Amino acid sequence: MYNFNFHSPGTLDEAINLYNNSEDPKFLAGGMTLLASMKQRLISPSDLIDLRNISNLSEVSLNDKVLKIGSLCSHFKLSRNEIINDKIKNLAKLADGIGDPAVRKMGTIGGSIANSDPAADWPAAILALKSQIITNSRIISNKDFFTGMFETLLEDNEIITSIEIEIPDYFNYKKLPNPASRYAIVGVAIAKYGNNVNVAISGASHTPFIAETISDYLSNNFSNDFPEKTIAKDDLNEDIHASAEYRVNLIDVLTKQIINES
Amino acid sequence: MHEISVKITINQKDYERNIQPNTLLVDFLREELGLTGTHVGCDTSQCGACMVLHNKSAIKSCSILVAQLNKQEITTIENLQKDNELHPMQNAFRNNHGLQCGFCTPGMIMSAISLVNENSNPSEKDIRKYLEGNLCRCTGYQNIIKSIEEGAKDMKEPRITNV
Ligand SMILES: Cc1cc2nc3c(=O)[nH]c(=O)nc-3n(C[C@H](O)[C@H](O)[C@H](O)COP(=O)(O)OP(=O)(O)OC[C@H]3O[C@@H](n4cnc5c(N)ncnc54)[C@H](O)[C@@H]3O)c2cc1C
Ligand code: FES
Ligand code: FES
Repeated sequence: MYNFNFHSPGTLDEAINLYNNSEDPKFLAGGMTLLASMKQRLISPSDLIDLRNISNLSEVSLNDKVLKIGSLCSHFKLSRNEIINDKIKNLAKLADGIGDPAVRKMGTIGGSIANSDPAADWPAAILALKSQIITNSRIISNKDFFTGMFETLLEDNEIITSIEIEIPDYFNYKKLPNPASRYAIVGVAIAKYGNNVNVAISGASHTPFIAETISDYLSNNFSNDFPEKTIAKDDLNEDIHASAEYRVNLIDVLTKQIINES
Repeated sequence: MHEISVKITINQKDYERNIQPNTLLVDFLREELGLTGTHVGCDTSQCGACMVLHNKSAIKSCSILVAQLNKQEITTIENLQKDNELHPMQNAFRNNHGLQCGFCTPGMIMSAISLVNENSNPSEKDIRKYLEGNLCRCTGYQNIIKSIEEGAKDMKEPRITNV
């Protein structure tokens, strides 16, 4: 790993100031993605700005029907959080299925969505649920946030402070995990608000996306006879783990599993 | 690059050192302190040979900077044995032939203790799920699972198992 300067600011303002005054800095949360890429010399920031000493970024609270999750909450903490287990149990289960126990202890929800890995689990859930991403300077709608592979609407010097999620009537997430890393080969997240159903897919394409046709059908009729193979295979990833055709099929299979369980 | 000063407690001993910011915990343990029980088996945060305890939980020492652990406490495999007695989990690995080459073993034992700290009565399924971050190239895992089942019981009700 190349060397860098290390900072541990105590406030958001301090963190942004440090960022603006450094040459090629990066914010550091759990480090489960960032340090791994630095070890492989894929990136070499001049400065690391550790966000973990900033207070108030790792709390979970419920205000009426809105769940607020601090960006620095670890996957482990969220998997055990009482409010989440009470209100959206399957979201806690999603957190409990990320990587392995040691990755869950360090990795954070904010880091995961800022990183926007197409095979990550949180992005599909955030896209399916009615939600918004709160940063130090603005509120971003979930629908606008993920702009591409490892790309988001965030400015370089912008920090996610929390994620706000409206409690759904029903939510579930299922993935076929890569057996080595546990990242999703395909993951399907379904959120239901009254008759409105959102189906979001991870792992299958360069960015998480909404399966429009399935979502529309399920909004009218939440049952297993939705039209199959509606995602064009040309839009999906084809790699050593799975062919695009297999991924098209997995989307339908995982969707059915969720409907059967609901 | 500027050196930074960190205070860190390792195996109940306090250290205050000036370090390069890019010092990984595992390199600090092995190179700086000579604690070579913590191993390095991969470059991708996947093998778990480097597990140490932080607040009673296993974390991968290859994927955290010493700089991130200022004023915090770490326990390594070297600190499990007390008064020449193996820790119950170490003993259980010995009794159940839970290792062959032994390369993965320190990481397996740290993960196993972390599991029991969270769940004092783990089922076989709990153990297998918890070991997702630990790879073993020798044993086929069967005896590791048996070891952890016994070690979990012995951590609750210590008994003399030395052969
Ligand atoms: C072995 C292994 C298996 C894994 N398996 C899975 C899996 O099954 N599913 C899954 O979804 N993920 C998986 N991951 C990734 C893991 O979930 C990471 O925790 C996550 O992708 C990044 O979170 P982090 O807190 O570690 O962020 P970091 O690595 O610290 O940062 C990642 C990026 O996000 C930026 N960033 C971090 N926090 C913020 C913030 N608050 N505001 C703005 N920018 C920020 C950083 O600058 C950096 O660019 C795995 C990782 C490993 C090592
Ligand atoms: S050395 Fe492989 S996970 Fe740390
Ligand atoms: S005993 Fe050899 S790697 Fe596990």
